[in-house]
Amino acid sequence: MILTKAQYDEIAQCLVSVPPTRQSLRKLKQRFPSQSQATLLSIFSQEYQKHIKRTHAKHHTSEAIESYYQRYLNGVAKNGAAPVLLDLANEVDYAPSLMARLILERFLQEHEETPPSKSVINSMLRDPSQIPDGVLANQVYQCIVNDCCYGPLVDCIKHAIGHEHEVMLRDMLLEKNLSFLDEDQLRAKGYDKTPDFILQVPVVMLCPLAVEGHIIHWIESKASFGDECSHHAYLHDQFWSYWNRFGPGLVIYWYGFIQELDCNRERGILLKACFPTNIVTLCHSVA
Amino acid sequence: MAAVLESLLREEVSVAAVVRWIARSTQGSKDNPGEAAALSSLRPLRKEFVPFLLNFLREQSSRVLPQGPPTPAKASGASAALPGRPGGPPRGSRGARSQLFPPTEALSTAAESPVARRGGRRRVPGPARERGGRSLEEGVSVESLPGAGSRRLRGSGSPSRPSLTLSDPPNLSNLEEFPPVGSVPPGPTGRTKPSRRINPTPVSEERSLSKPKTCFTSPPISCVPSSQPSALDTRPWGLGLPPGCRSLQEEREMLRKERSKQLQQSPTPTCPTPELGSPLLNWTGGLTDELADPARVSSRQRLELVALVYSSCIAENLVPNLFLELFFVFQLLTARRMVTAKDNDFELSPGALDSLESPLFQSIHDCVFFAVQVLECHFQVLSNLDKGTLKLLAENERLLCFSPALQGRLRAAYEGSVAKVSLVMPPSAQAVSFQPETDNRANFSSDRAFHTFKKQRDVFYEVLREWEDHHEEAGWDFEKGLGSRIRAMMGQLSAACSHSHFVRLFQKQLLQMCQSPGGAGGTVLGEAPDVLSMLGADKLGRLWRLQERLVTPQSSGGPCPPPTFPGCQGFFRDFILSASSFQFNQHLMDSLSLKIRELNGLTLPQHEPSDEDGESDVDWQGERRQFAVVLLSLRLLAKFLGFVAFLPYRGPEPPPTGELQDSILALRSQVPPVLDVRTLLQRGLQARRAVLTVPWLVEFLSFADHVVPLLDYYQGIFTLLLRLHRSLVLSQENERKMCFLNKLLLLAVLGWLFQIPTVPEDLFFLEEGPSDAFEMDIVAPEHGLDSMPVVDQQLLYTCCPYIGELRKLLALWVSGSSGRSGGFVRKITPTTTTTSSLGAQPPQTSQGLQAQLAQAFFHNQPPSLRRTVEFVAERIGSNCVKHIKATLVADLVRQVESLLQEQLVTQGEEGGDPAQLLEILYSRLCPHGAQALALGREFCQRKSPGAVRALLPEETPAAVLSSAENIAVGLATEKACAWLSANITALIRREVKAAVSRTLRAQGPEPAARGERRGCSRACEHHAPLPSHLISEIKDVLSLAVGPRDSDEGVSPEHLEQLVCQLGQTLQCRQFLCPPAEQHLAKCSVELASFLVADQIPILGPPAQHRLERGQARRLLHMLLSLWKEHFQGPVPLQLLLSPRNVGLLADTRPREWDLLLFLLRELVEKGLMGRMEIEACLGSLHQAQWPRDFAEELATLSNLLLAEPHLPEPQLRACELVQSNRGTVLAQS
Repeated sequence: MILTKAQYDEIAQCLVSVPPTRQSLRKLKQRFPSQSQATLLSIFSQEYQKHIKRTHAKHHTSEAIESYYQRYLNGVAKNGAAPVLLDLANEVDYAPSLMARLILERFLQEHEETPPSKSVINSMLRDPSQIPDGVLANQVYQCIVNDCCYGPLVDCIKHAIGHEHEVMLRDMLLEKNLSFLDEDQLRAKGYDKTPDFILQVPVVMLCPLAVEGHIIHWIESKASFGDECSHHAYLHDQFWSYWNRFGPGLVIYWYGFIQELDCNRERGILLKACFPTNIVTLCHSVA
Repeated sequence: MAAVLESLLREEVSVAAVVRWIARSTQGSKDNPGEAAALSSLRPLRKEFVPFLLNFLREQSSRVLPQGPPTPAKASGASAALPGRPGGPPRGSRGARSQLFPPTEALSTAAESPVARRGGRRRVPGPARERGGRSLEEGVSVESLPGAGSRRLRGSGSPSRPSLTLSDPPNLSNLEEFPPVGSVPPGPTGRTKPSRRINPTPVSEERSLSKPKTCFTSPPISCVPSSQPSALDTRPWGLGLPPGCRSLQEEREMLRKERSKQLQQSPTPTCPTPELGSPLLNWTGGLTDELADPARVSSRQRLELVALVYSSCIAENLVPNLFLELFFVFQLLTARRMVTAKDNDFELSPGALDSLESPLFQSIHDCVFFAVQVLECHFQVLSNLDKGTLKLLAENERLLCFSPALQGRLRAAYEGSVAKVSLVMPPSAQAVSFQPETDNRANFSSDRAFHTFKKQRDVFYEVLREWEDHHEEAGWDFEKGLGSRIRAMMGQLSAACSHSHFVRLFQKQLLQMCQSPGGAGGTVLGEAPDVLSMLGADKLGRLWRLQERLVTPQSSGGPCPPPTFPGCQGFFRDFILSASSFQFNQHLMDSLSLKIRELNGLTLPQHEPSDEDGESDVDWQGERRQFAVVLLSLRLLAKFLGFVAFLPYRGPEPPPTGELQDSILALRSQVPPVLDVRTLLQRGLQARRAVLTVPWLVEFLSFADHVVPLLDYYQGIFTLLLRLHRSLVLSQENERKMCFLNKLLLLAVLGWLFQIPTVPEDLFFLEEGPSDAFEMDIVAPEHGLDSMPVVDQQLLYTCCPYIGELRKLLALWVSGSSGRSGGFVRKITPTTTTTSSLGAQPPQTSQGLQAQLAQAFFHNQPPSLRRTVEFVAERIGSNCVKHIKATLVADLVRQVESLLQEQLVTQGEEGGDPAQLLEILYSRLCPHGAQALALGREFCQRKSPGAVRALLPEETPAAVLSSAENIAVGLATEKACAWLSANITALIRREVKAAVSRTLRAQGPEPAARGERRGCSRACEHHAPLPSHLISEIKDVLSLAVGPRDSDEGVSPEHLEQLVCQLGQTLQCRQFLCPPAEQHLAKCSVELASFLVADQIPILGPPAQHRLERGQARRLLHMLLSLWKEHFQGPVPLQLLLSPRNVGLLADTRPREWDLLLFLLRELVEKGLMGRMEIEACLGSLHQAQWPRDFAEELATLSNLLLAEPHLPEPQLRACELVQSNRGTVLAQS
């Protein structure tokens, strides 16, 4: 699933202002049948998040919130069972879960004496049964289960995917007999920046068509697609930091990445979309 | 001065006597009375002889030598090319050595372009020195080259060069004006110089800070020779001095007159016309070299005598820079000149030969003869040059022609040489690795400091990477590109401790990147050839011009480059400058000083001459390498220390003079030195470790500002260095004294230092340094480092890359003669950087008798034994501490945890005041720390002997082995116990504190999470569906159930069943399951059950039936119930089943079906998943919600129905009954 920039752009082009719903995803899969679903979902999710980041502010003006809230109130007054909030979110091109949060916050401001804390809001979003208003609870729940890019369920899925790939990677390392320190061990030792795995004995990864291999000291697992935006953020916050401390290493984007981003090989940051097969380890036997 | 030479040439005095006369202040007893008398009358001038001689030779050669890399000659300055101050009269107070020839006013005013005038900014007001003036003029004229209008050619003040030419602005494309290197177009007068383009010498920052670069640029030889000594030229260079003493003033006066006469005689420059020489000698590119012929040497005897005096001065270290003189001699050897018809006309009157009446070098033959004479005297130095230089020397046809014997010796030396020198390319950056020992949170004052440093490290490397990417781009500017980011980063380093952390990182990175030879200036040999090879040989004209430019000092700065920061060092220099943070600088100086002291004091292995051959050889390589690493590190650190320490005092403005200077001196003398280098130098000399101390000290001093050498403190240092320099006579070989290459290194670095602009020029020659006196100071130990062969050619050339200029010169000769392009291209093979550690300082624990015995024991053992024992002790000691942490302390922590549990149980959830709790725990646990010492001793006892045994040779005698083991045990124990007794209590407290907060945290929100978690069964192959996949699938079903949905959307009953099955599999294989995922799965499964109960899941199937059959629903619920019961390990939020929202789902269905809910609730109670009371409570709270009236009634009925059922204690009965009936229905329906 390593895509060229052009391939990636073609997919991204199809995702402009598409709501984050089941239906959109289904259409995307039909449009690009050769791409893996996970890759498509990951790209979709990232593109949508970029879109939301760009437009976030305009939904958070007090005028916007007020108008959304009024529309919500009018809507549920007409028919509480209709997907008022979800439709509103799709109409104004905002993530349903985030719209739910916005309205919930506004609702609580009106009904509680103290402004709601973040943790209370989060808790209600995780479990809408706690929302004092039954209709709002249903509306919020509907938004959350219908949102495939935001919301506690999606967060959990993403977290789970990340965790699962780390576990898989760990198994592969064990299988290859490569001893390593994992994040928890590193943190316990007082490391300030911790990649998923640091190899206790570095390995060399051979590349096809290249005479020289690349030394790998650490491996970071990323259960997402490596697009420009996320990769640059990761480089800045993580990968270079790892390099600064541990030397060259490997990043695995399980759902693929844009080929052109793999340009720091010589500098010591290597990208792969799967666990490398051509690994050379230090020989202990005396020649 | 000339008088001395005169008398020498007339053989009134012997060479030996002259040299003795120069070198010593008192007359030697060996001198015969006649000589003594002759010389003693000249005594006041004694100090001026050497500068005079050097200048004299440069002057003479300038008439014959073609262009070539210039020989800087700071020492000289006898003839003034420029007035000391523009327009100012010469002042006689300073630099008496340089006043042999007065400046010619007429000349300077007539000839000085505004540019040349800039040469006037000199530190010492007074008569300008020839060297300085001229070189500056050239260096400057380059800058002004294209549009300068008029450009003064070579030093006009030279008595030997009467022609002062003002040329038109040079036309660079004109081959006549820019002829190929080496081809000097003979003009009609044969005296004009074609404009020569001189490569701009990059003016580096530190140079601009120092005083005018008088000494580093070109000497007269770089300028064009009057190609013919013509009739005009036969004026005596000694001005026909009568024998005996003449005052300087007289000499100067005469010169002035002579000069002005010359000026009038050669009025206008003539345009040189290219005219190729003898066709035989016409190589490609029109380059011709004159064949030097021994038979045509004009005045052999005279040349021999001068060569002998000159050689003796060099040998006695009376010249400031050995390699500079060698460079000059090489220039003479490789001088090129056109063969012209006029040459043949040139005849000397025999009578002139024995005096100074005629030029010393009258032809190329003379030059080569002289050079070979000198080289013969310095064979030993030559034979110690690198193999490449030796090869070029041995292959030099002139050398062969003039001295086959020397050539033979050189060839033999070349063949026997193993001194291959390769200056490696700079390695790319490698980060300093994170060291948990020093970099963890515990070493920071606060979380904030820790995290700030975390960010800083990343910013630092970001900046470094950006620098790597861009610094070679044209137009990129460090300050513009990175300055503000660096300052912002420095601004965040608020805490002092953060500064020290950052400085540690900075210093480590500095050492890592620059300590290798490559990082320090590896491109010295690599730079010029690149350009040449890029161009290709076809564009010869341009190539030659380029070559000419390259010949002048560029990157390497010629044989005496100013102190620079090559390669990566530039980054660190610029970083310091851009950061401009005084805290940072202070911390950096502290850190650098500390490291310098540490490395300087490092006990470097002592050579044991009697070692068995094989082993000692291996050891020696290692020791030499270690020495090289230490020395290079020291030089690097000292360079930066000097840079930072003197930074505040350096500026572009000329150094102060007069009263201002006095007041500055008074002030500065109060300031203690940043590092007590004088003491370190004294100790180094006493301990015979000059070879280690002096090279780094030189680096440090090379950054001194102008005031520094005038301070008493530093004057003392310079005096010591000068004495040392004088004492390093290469020919005196002595077993107990310094090794030859060690001496050569010291001579090279000291010679370089004496050429640094900030070092006063007169310092060298004013010093009265009887070398004998110096010897007295040394209380030499048996074997100092100085007497060990620690320096090899690789190290010599790495420290002094400018020695490589010699080779360039020879290579240029070869390339020029053969027309090969890039003749001195040398393939540079990158080698890996040595990252070997600098070696740990041996523990300073040696006290008492035992320690003395141990020392004695090591004395007669191979050095590797000591290293092994110390190493083992160091490691075992350290391991011991780690072991105690992992065992004793970890046990204590476990005790704490159980104690804490008890405490919490007895005191309830709160557990009392945590601080108080901690104190109680400390008081109970800390006494156990005492065990640590006993355990530590036991550990060292157990571990050390095995390690020593494994590391020492099998054949080590038993007694030696057991002693070594015992010493290792002792040292390890000492180290471990010292640490443990000092730190164990603090360590226990820290760990206990961490454990308590951990336990208290874990006590908090999720007690269930601490419960025992079951893993997969052993047979599990982890093929279960992934949790993320399941959550996603269930979410899809839920979203379908909630809607909105298209009419064709739905789930098949099979899919639902499969989903629940998969959930069961996933829950049984725990491989990929993390607690948050399990929580969400639990919640989703409850939601799913609610939708099943409310029959809200859209089912795909025949159009009529969009609902799940009752039996299928029950079966699914049943499966879910057993999952909740059996497989979920975390809590399942079953109460959600009775949340108003989920129960409300029922309200929308018509007709309302309550049986599934009733079934579910009964089962929950049945399986013990929910208590009856709990259900009652939930149902109770449901009544509070607003429902449609009928729904509320039905709910109440349900509630009553459920509550009416008999309570436990007869659950068994009910359960059986229900289960049976359920099974019945399930079976019936399937």
